[in-house]
Amino acid sequence: MRRIVPIGPYHPLQEEPEFFKLIVEGEKVVDLEINIGYNHRGHEFISQTLTWDQVPFLVERICGICSDSHPYAYVLAVEDCAHITAPPRAQYIRTIIGELERIHSHYLWLGLAGHFIGYNTVWMWVWRYREPLLDLFELIMGNRNHYAINKIGGARRDILPEDYPKIEKYLDLLEKKNAMFTNAILDDPVIRARLENVGILSKQDAIAYAVTGPTARGSGYACDVRKDDPYDAYDKVDWNMIVFEEGDVLAKAKVRLIECDESIKIVRQCLKNMPDGPIETRVDEIPPGEGIGRHEAPRGEVFHYVRSDGSNMPVRHKVRAPSFMNVASNVVAVKGYSIADAALVLAAVDPCYCCTERTFVYENGKKKYSGQDLLKLSWEKTEKIKRRYGK
Amino acid sequence: MNIVRILFSYVIFPGFIFTAVVGLFLTWIDRKVTARIHWRVGPPWFQPYADFLKLLLKETIIPEGSSKTLFLLGPLLGLIGMSIFAVMLFNMNFNPSGSFVGDLIVIIYLLALPPIGIIIGGSASKNPLASVGASREMTQYFAYELPFLIALVSIIIKAGGSVKFGEIILAQQAQGPFLYSISGVIAGVVIFLCIQAKLSFVPFDIPEAEQEIMAGPYIEYSGVTLAIYKMTRAMMLLLLPLFLISVLWGGFANWWAILKLLLIVVLIILVKNTNPRLRIDQALKFFWIGIGALSIIGLVLAFYGL
Repeated sequence: MRRIVPIGPYHPLQEEPEFFKLIVEGEKVVDLEINIGYNHRGHEFISQTLTWDQVPFLVERICGICSDSHPYAYVLAVEDCAHITAPPRAQYIRTIIGELERIHSHYLWLGLAGHFIGYNTVWMWVWRYREPLLDLFELIMGNRNHYAINKIGGARRDILPEDYPKIEKYLDLLEKKNAMFTNAILDDPVIRARLENVGILSKQDAIAYAVTGPTARGSGYACDVRKDDPYDAYDKVDWNMIVFEEGDVLAKAKVRLIECDESIKIVRQCLKNMPDGPIETRVDEIPPGEGIGRHEAPRGEVFHYVRSDGSNMPVRHKVRAPSFMNVASNVVAVKGYSIADAALVLAAVDPCYCCTERTFVYENGKKKYSGQDLLKLSWEKTEKIKRRYGK
Repeated sequence: MNIVRILFSYVIFPGFIFTAVVGLFLTWIDRKVTARIHWRVGPPWFQPYADFLKLLLKETIIPEGSSKTLFLLGPLLGLIGMSIFAVMLFNMNFNPSGSFVGDLIVIIYLLALPPIGIIIGGSASKNPLASVGASREMTQYFAYELPFLIALVSIIIKAGGSVKFGEIILAQQAQGPFLYSISGVIAGVVIFLCIQAKLSFVPFDIPEAEQEIMAGPYIEYSGVTLAIYKMTRAMMLLLLPLFLISVLWGGFANWWAILKLLLIVVLIILVKNTNPRLRIDQALKFFWIGIGALSIIGLVLAFYGL
């Protein structure tokens, strides 16, 4: 007998609104329908009503976890459009913050993954060692989140030389703890029993669904914007791309854990080789034209496109978030596994709905609502509620 | 007079109210120790009582279209079972040579009542997640019951073939606790793991996996009914370790028993906090193949008097 087990729109598994309709026979998942679009905020439209320099503060609020990735990709896009490059010191600063953000995002996922398999001790311990990183962010940029470090033509804040030892000290701590977590998680037989050979996404499927980031690298598909199309300081430091062939949840966990080590390596080298000099170039105007910016966010490639007509606002700004690509691959990854595994597999792509859902609502391949339609629906509903209460 | 005494023993001591109060205190120990393991602070000692009172004051919602009688019977069954179990356990420990008839077989049936209550309640809720949870509870019950029974049989053999609870305790008073032998240790490990599963603690919290099926059978329960479920679980946290002490560790009619109880409870909490949740098929394999084989080895050893 086929039954529907709903995961979402509100579910303790994932705190953001999403709807996975698991079609199950007994405990086995035979099909999956993905319905997203509960979180429309119209960022691309708002961005066209702001000046070039205001947009980073907006796109940073697309997502609270990767709040460096979106402004990073945006400034790269605008710099591409205006044919400028940031001064070397600014490039290093942006790279450092981008990598520190990757560590905090991967640790967030790792903790949640522990929570999803009912291992709350992992959750609390991992987040305990993520906490000093947020303090570090506050020290450098004044905010635990929403760092506002990216600026067109450079960085908004310098990393002071007296802060280097503090960053180094944290990296030393993290290196030890990351080794501890890697060993603890890979050696635990019960964790392996839950993660190994679960939710396998083959390399062919990974390419067919165009997944990005750790989801792709865990399936043996080597793609990383930092290597494929290096920007800022990424080609000036020595690091490795982490790829595992298995494609199961354990491989994705391994990619993320070992990537943290690589991030530590990158930040250390950046701090060592940090050049002196200005942290921004003066940008007077953005000439007409278009530009793209790609940044390897913790979840995969984040892509920004801007078009300028020479005025002080973008005439078009398009964002493509990695989770938008990754979530769709769940359809193949989850089939044939049990409900218990499904919860894990759905979370293994590290979905981020606030990144993904700024656009239109599609259902079964057809456009259901556009941004304007949703706005109209919302007005209608407000009118209806007003009428009902006689106001 | 006699009726008053019987009522007193069932409702106040050692029945319902006493076990509930001490059991809720043990859930505080659970929460506090768990919190310390997690580097958190943890709640104050009265938190479980406050939670319980809050639930009593909340509205009880019965889902539309559910079977009302069965929905309300679910929580009650477990509570009744545990109250009777408490009276039998205490009577047998403090008066093992008395005429009170309490044998192991009755206790096995009483211990089956809470899972049956959960299965009935979950199935009556008319919720797909609750019925998935109920079917998981059923599978898990069949998984852990087999090694549990085999371990109890090995204890019966050690007690000289008596199924009377009092005689098991008397035999231990005469020849020392059963735990101090190889087969006793094996039976202890098996019963300990079955207790973990009976309490639905990680790694066997499969029926109510919050991240998968949102508390499963409990999903539609609220207010008083949910409070009763929670309290039954708290009572089990007291009674099941006491049961382990009385069948293997020489009974609890002395002050050392408090330390033994705390030791077992803390062990349960440690196992809970150092393991992820298993899948239901893995739990079934674990109990039937791994723990089942272990319990049979224990049975054979007990037969040869080791």
